[in-house]
Amino acid sequence: MSMSGSAVELPITTDATPEEKVSSRQLKKQLRLQEAKTKLSSPWASGVAIVLAILWTIPTFGLFVTSFRPPADINTSGWWTFFANPGVTFENYTNAWGAGLSEFFLNSFVIVLPAVIIPIALALLAAYAFAWIDFKGRTILFVAIFALQIVPIQVTLIPLQTIFVNFGLQNSFWPVWISHTIFGLPLAIFLLHNFMKEVPASIIEAARVDGAGHVKIFFVVLMPLLVPAIAAFGIFQFLWVWNDLLVALVFAPSPNLRPITAAIADLSGTRGNQWELLSAGAFISMIVPLVVFISLQRYFVRGLLAGGVKG
Amino acid sequence: MDWLLSPTSVADKLIVMVFAIVLFVAIMALILWVIDHPGVPNWVVVVGFLGPVTIALVIGLLYPALGTVYRSFQVSTTALGGDGKPIINPNTGQKTTELTFSFANYDRIFTDPTFQKVIVNSVLWVILVPLLATFFGLVYAVLVDRTRFEKAAKALVFLPLAISMVGASIIWKFVYDYRQAGVNQIGLANQILIWLGLDPYQFLLTEPWNTFFLIIVMVWIQAGFAMTVLSAAIKAVPDDIVEAAQIDGATGFKLFRKVTIPTIRPALVVVITTVAMTSLKAFDVVRTMTGGNFGTSVIANEFYTQTFTQGQTGAGLGAALAVVLFIIIIPVIVYNVRQMRISEEMR
Repeated sequence: MSMSGSAVELPITTDATPEEKVSSRQLKKQLRLQEAKTKLSSPWASGVAIVLAILWTIPTFGLFVTSFRPPADINTSGWWTFFANPGVTFENYTNAWGAGLSEFFLNSFVIVLPAVIIPIALALLAAYAFAWIDFKGRTILFVAIFALQIVPIQVTLIPLQTIFVNFGLQNSFWPVWISHTIFGLPLAIFLLHNFMKEVPASIIEAARVDGAGHVKIFFVVLMPLLVPAIAAFGIFQFLWVWNDLLVALVFAPSPNLRPITAAIADLSGTRGNQWELLSAGAFISMIVPLVVFISLQRYFVRGLLAGGVKG
Repeated sequence: MDWLLSPTSVADKLIVMVFAIVLFVAIMALILWVIDHPGVPNWVVVVGFLGPVTIALVIGLLYPALGTVYRSFQVSTTALGGDGKPIINPNTGQKTTELTFSFANYDRIFTDPTFQKVIVNSVLWVILVPLLATFFGLVYAVLVDRTRFEKAAKALVFLPLAISMVGASIIWKFVYDYRQAGVNQIGLANQILIWLGLDPYQFLLTEPWNTFFLIIVMVWIQAGFAMTVLSAAIKAVPDDIVEAAQIDGATGFKLFRKVTIPTIRPALVVVITTVAMTSLKAFDVVRTMTGGNFGTSVIANEFYTQTFTQGQTGAGLGAALAVVLFIIIIPVIVYNVRQMRISEEMR
């Protein structure tokens, strides 16, 4: 791909570091060119940007404020009146948590760990074989796996469910783990292969000359270099599994298995007017992805720009 | 073995999770141990590294996809005996059904007015969401480029992408909440109408505009993706191109239109096609906000409804809908891949 992760960072932030010293003339020129690409920036452009940012944030902010208001207030006045007439309670959260969301939260957690670890491990092995082992039919197999990315999940669900029923696995976590693993594999292999290919062949060759076999090269030479790539895909898969609704509805239908996202969707249908429950519940379901996103944003953006998009 | 298949307590669930991971690691370790001996032929090594993935994808993706195509051509009909009369199951007293080959599922999808509406809605989603999200993402990326608050401003627009579409739907369902006139509104959208002196409006119930209000939610989610990719593309525009254009006298909006846009065209194509596919395949927003009622259903949602709530007839229709979804996606992907290859050759 033509875009690299580092390009996302502001290009001019390092002028203070001594090792990347640029003459001030060069720096000025760089700045001018950067500006020329867009050149729409002016005070009023910034103003428009701020207005848009606020517009984009208000819906979330409104529900967030609502989740801390007493139910009586929520149902009789808009959340914007909160600032004139504040009344804060944490009961919505304790009630939602007590009303069963704690169990759904646990289910999400139980689902997400294997559904992230297993596809990454499998994809790493496959990506290594595609990148560094010579064998007949390598290109064809790789292209075939790349092409499988286009199969919509919907196309696979009914026969997959029949398979799980035949093995007596229905109504357990196994179908959820296995299907998330399978759906994540094509993208994972593609991404990790691209990263593995970037490792200089000379490093691999040197290890081979030293007598290292494939397994040793894989673990000792490649794995340490691939940590950023693994993090990028890991976050992707994590958010995708945690936020998933379709696989959960199909393969984890019973309350004993249901993850929190599916539980919130269910609440929206059955108790759509209980905003004290829905608002708090929605934020409970969002807290984990938000923390992951905010703390690991760099990796997430890098994965996104490397072509990591699925749905 | 009960805890393995149907764990109920917190401890059992955590144990089965750890067990699954350990089991997986053990199998992988065994495979790697087997192939890690000097003198093992190359093909064994290849099978060791690629075998698990190939099996998973063939059984989990390829075979089911073919099965669905097959199922989409089957219709549930009443089985007839040798005498031409329906066969009655002596135990239940009901007519026996059998699956017969037919195009009826596809026929119904394209002729039944309900399904036609579903397809029209899907087309609206696939056209409007990518265009609006890309337009907004591009404008926003340009506006915040190299401002002091760039990072924070981007994070705000990007945030909807991190939360689930279900969460986003709840957020917007609250925005659209409706109370009858005369009562205090609690949804912001209707309150704005009141402030403007208008009557409150049932955003999610009133056809045909309710589909557009659902589309806004998806635009709100996807704009962050468009912005991130396009912003990186804008920053990667080579300086010498810009310099050359400046020497030729191009400035401001003209420079942007004539130089920046053509240069980031590959990124624009990727963004538009990716968002189009996402909005075609996702059913979360429709499912959570209207359940597909009030004329808002799309193919992905109808697939779910038919397949998992309508029995044998629905399973055939659902399979056909999934195949239609697949067929719509193929040209988009082919176009995308071709564009990617062109842009790679150019480099």
